[in-house]
Amino acid sequence: MTIAACALIAFSKNLVYSAFSLLGAFAGVAGMMILLGADFLGVIQILVYVGGILVLYLFAVLMTAGISDVKLSNPISSVKIAVPALVVLLILLGKLIYTTKWFVAEETPIASTTSAIGESLLTEYLLPFELISILLLAALVGAVAAARREVK
Amino acid sequence: MIGLQHFLFVGAIVFALGLYTVVTRRNALGILLGTELVLNAAALNMVAFGHFGNKTVEGSIYALFIIVLAAAEAAVALAIGLMIFRNFNTIDANNVDDMRG
Repeated sequence: MTIAACALIAFSKNLVYSAFSLLGAFAGVAGMMILLGADFLGVIQILVYVGGILVLYLFAVLMTAGISDVKLSNPISSVKIAVPALVVLLILLGKLIYTTKWFVAEETPIASTTSAIGESLLTEYLLPFELISILLLAALVGAVAAARREVK
Repeated sequence: MIGLQHFLFVGAIVFALGLYTVVTRRNALGILLGTELVLNAAALNMVAFGHFGNKTVEGSIYALFIIVLAAAEAAVALAIGLMIFRNFNTIDANNVDDMRG
C-alpha cells in the first residue's frame, strides 16, 4: 500500500493527486513503524505528517497551482534519464540489502516504548532535544517572516 | 516472518521513488514532496534497524529527530515557495532564474 501510494506520488501527472496520495504513503509508513514495535513513533508520524505537513502541502499546492491547469502546473522533464537511473539505483540497493549479513538480535516481546523514549530524550539526548526546540522556533519565525506580506 | 530485509526493501523503494520525484518534477512543490518521501524512507530504516539491532530506543529517537527536521523544513520551504509564487507568478523551478549570472 505504501509503495503504491509512493508510486502514485512519483508518476502522477497532477500534483493534487500526488499531494493526496502522500496521505497513503505517510499512513503506510506509520503502520510499518507500529509493526516494528515503535508505537509512540507511529502515532507521532500520523500526528505530525498527516495532521500537519500534509495539510500544509495541500494548502500550498492548492494556493499556487490551479487544479485545472495540469500541464502548466506540472510538466515532467528528463524522464528519459531518470527512469534508468531509478532502476539502477533500485537494483544496487536491493543487491546491497540482500547480500549484506545483517546483525539481528533475538526477538523480545514488544513493550511500549513511550516511557523509554521520554527518559532518554531528557537524559542522554538532552542537547539535541534542546537544539531541536530552538530550531523549531527559528523555523516557525522564519516561515512567518518569509510568508507574510510586507506591511507598509 | 517479516525480517529486517523486507523493511529495508520497502525503505529502498520509497527512497528511490522520492529521488525520482525530486529529479523529474519541475514544480517546486513536487520536489518538496519527493524530499518528504526520502526523509520518510530514512526514518523507516532507522526504526527497522533499531528494532532488529540492539534493543534500545535509539532508532526511534533518531526517527523522531528526522520527523521534527522534516516538519521544520516543510514549513520554511513552503513559505519560500509561496513567496516565489507571489513574486514570480510561477512555481516552475526552471523559470526562477533571476540570480543567474
